[in-house]
Amino acid sequence: MKEFLIDILHNEALVYTLMAFVPLAWVVPFALFAVWWERKISAHMQDRLGPMRTGGYHGWAQTVADILKLIQKEDIIPSAADRKLFILAPYLVFAGSYAAYAAIPFSAAYVGSGINIGLFYIISISSIVVVGLLMAGWASNNKWSMFGALRSAAQIVSYEIPVALAIIAVVMVAGTFDLQEINRQQTGWFWNWFLFQKFPFLFVGSIIYFVASLAEVNRTPFDIPEAESELVAGYHTEYGGMRFALLFLSEYANMFAVSAIATTLFLGGWNSPFGDFLSGPVWGLFWFLGKGMMFIFVQMWLRWTLPRLRVDQLMYVGWKVLIPFAFVVVVGVGFWVMAVR
Amino acid sequence: MEETMTEPRKVAGFGRDLKSEEMVISMGPQHPSTHGVLRLELVVDGEIVVDVIPHIGYLHRCFEKHCEHMTNYQQVIPYADRMDYVAAMSNEFGYVVACEKLLKIRVPERVEYIRVIMAEFSRIVSHLIAIGTYGMDIGAFTPFLYCMRDRERVLDIFEQTCGARLLYNYMWIGGLSHDVPPGFTEKVKDFCKYFRPKIKELNDLLSYNKIFIKRTANVGVLPADVALNYAVSGPVLRGSGVRWDLRKNDPYSVYDRFDFEIPVGQGLKGTVGDCWDRYMVRVHEMEQSVRIIEQAVDMLPAGDIASAIPKRIRPDAADVYVRTETPKGELGYYIVSDGTATPFRVKVKSPCFVNLSALPAMCRGAMIADIVAVLGSIDIVLGEVDR
Amino acid sequence: MTPQQILESLKSRFGEAVLDAKVDAFPDPWIRVAPATLREICLYLRDDGEMLFDVLMCLSGMDYRGGKLGVVYHCDSTVNHHRIVLKTEVTDAEPRVASVESVWKTANWHEREAFDLYGIVFDGHPDLRRILMPDDWSGFPLRKDYQVPEFYNGMKVPY
Repeated sequence: MKEFLIDILHNEALVYTLMAFVPLAWVVPFALFAVWWERKISAHMQDRLGPMRTGGYHGWAQTVADILKLIQKEDIIPSAADRKLFILAPYLVFAGSYAAYAAIPFSAAYVGSGINIGLFYIISISSIVVVGLLMAGWASNNKWSMFGALRSAAQIVSYEIPVALAIIAVVMVAGTFDLQEINRQQTGWFWNWFLFQKFPFLFVGSIIYFVASLAEVNRTPFDIPEAESELVAGYHTEYGGMRFALLFLSEYANMFAVSAIATTLFLGGWNSPFGDFLSGPVWGLFWFLGKGMMFIFVQMWLRWTLPRLRVDQLMYVGWKVLIPFAFVVVVGVGFWVMAVR
Repeated sequence: MEETMTEPRKVAGFGRDLKSEEMVISMGPQHPSTHGVLRLELVVDGEIVVDVIPHIGYLHRCFEKHCEHMTNYQQVIPYADRMDYVAAMSNEFGYVVACEKLLKIRVPERVEYIRVIMAEFSRIVSHLIAIGTYGMDIGAFTPFLYCMRDRERVLDIFEQTCGARLLYNYMWIGGLSHDVPPGFTEKVKDFCKYFRPKIKELNDLLSYNKIFIKRTANVGVLPADVALNYAVSGPVLRGSGVRWDLRKNDPYSVYDRFDFEIPVGQGLKGTVGDCWDRYMVRVHEMEQSVRIIEQAVDMLPAGDIASAIPKRIRPDAADVYVRTETPKGELGYYIVSDGTATPFRVKVKSPCFVNLSALPAMCRGAMIADIVAVLGSIDIVLGEVDR
Repeated sequence: MTPQQILESLKSRFGEAVLDAKVDAFPDPWIRVAPATLREICLYLRDDGEMLFDVLMCLSGMDYRGGKLGVVYHCDSTVNHHRIVLKTEVTDAEPRVASVESVWKTANWHEREAFDLYGIVFDGHPDLRRILMPDDWSGFPLRKDYQVPEFYNGMKVPY
């Protein structure tokens, strides 16, 4: 796609800038859809209906209406808040979430940047989110926001370790960090997916990755940074209007990013589960988005079912449960790969 | 109260002292989890709470002063409703029993049975809110809506009986304001049949959920002797293992004719007297209330509900203290009459006021998330705390 | 124990601190005691083997008109299943009563409320400050001769 655009526009800088916006064409409509979807899922699980009127059929335009409302709101910055950091924080959070999309292959024909250290890049760049959250909590000049930010930083940093260990296990099996290459290795029927390889190690690894990624995106049962019932809204208490919309957008962007990584690593990415049947560049996009949405559904399902953990119990789960299991997975996969070679 | 930390803490291996300060943080008056306007001043050291100081009075509506200016005793009843607005029937029940004792009135049997049915419905309704909001405080949002859905069925029955869903003015001194509607027995039996599986569903979803147990077991332990010294009552006292229920230990109305059990906390998942025990006492109490309602509606005698309502209420100069078992605990009315039609003094001993005073004793060494858990397990309604 | 027996026991132990009683009052028999000796009396009621009043059910401030204030204590025993009512009277000029907070912890908040609404001062209470009214309120609202202030911190009170 890059070469195609360069042929037309003859200006590399312009082409690179334009290509940075391409995943946005998915992320923004996805966020609009996902907010509506979450409200409908939560409503039906709670024996009620959810949005029904906005836009006609089952309130599909509810999120659009919400965004319009948020755009026209007054921009309030608390007078004692640290202005520069307060304004900068949502952009950092969004940048950290969105930058991961550069290396995620949406289909066989499209990947933003096919670098051969794709996974490594993704893990590193998404850590900028922590800095943004801490900034948001600190700059709000609100003790409760600061609590949320501190908890969030501790949580995200602690759970990056099981994430990284699970990813290392996959990398050992695939032999490369390049996500497009990992996808190509899972072509064929669904038993070629890494979920079922080196059984049961990668299976357990996928579960560890999924649970730890819930903590990365601050979803229940790990949503103490924004625990409504204790901290009002945690680190984004003082944010309103478009700034809040940006934080919200980045939360959903992050959710999809980790789901996309999970599908790429474990569920075969853009590969069709039936081998050659229903495969191709466009079908690949469909399979990829479908599998990603399935993970999103499970995340939402968990949010409305489970209570949340207390912060020390969360640390316990991360350090004393997930990491030992992840170590076992890595060691097991390592030995298996060496034995096979 | 324990001493708060004022000395810099010494950490082994460091040449200098590690200076750590406590932060004073204010939870409330506007807060999603304080169940009303309550201000909790927390002195925290990181996430550990060193001291918790409740500040109440934000919802003080001068109930006791109003009572001294009413033109007669019946006028107090709508005000009494509004104290514990979640379970209004129980407030009325306590007041009318106290007044009838003062006036030496005996009400017809039918009135007694209907009052018991309404009081037990009000217990179910109050516990549903307690359980639902408690789940929400812990982070499980769905049980709250299931509890609300079930609560709507009870509120429908209330509305068909007296026209109001939440604040009834139904129990009058000497009788009731309306008789039950036709088809009442069938509706009540339908509800009991509908509700029993819902309690089981609630247990499956929330009560035995591992995360919920981790958040509530061994948290906020209140030993039995401390509980009695603080005069806590209701599910808080029974959660600490003390088998004390006014419906059995000091019966009023016709409660001695029914067969039901008193659930008591046993420390099944942690320590006796922790939050999980108090929560489970409420769940079991709902089951027992359904039992009482089924028996009462089977035994409901015929009669006139208004035959004993006095035309003029002018009690002798005396004072009486009557206590009833509301869903929150022991509600006491101390009514002093000076021989006129206006009460001289009505003092309400509200169970939430007393239970809340025991909060600092339950929060030793807790974390901030635990404060929310303990507060939810006490189940306070600020209208009753502040009157 | 019957109220008569409780009265005998208290009289034999505390003598003139027991001022008055009406053990056949309907519905609740009561005993009036001197305000300064309340703490000892309540400690005896709580700890004595035959009494064992382990729960203070209610503590109410009272205004008996004519400059007389009072406090009424309702005590209950979960072990011996008997109840008793204690009353004290103080004057407007000298509204001091001994605090029973060290006997029953529940009296802490009840006495604060009596102080807040009636102005009765409890000697020995660890933290006697207003509980229901704002901390800087002036006046004692539940007294019979209470006049609502016109302004509070610049806000008009009656409306």
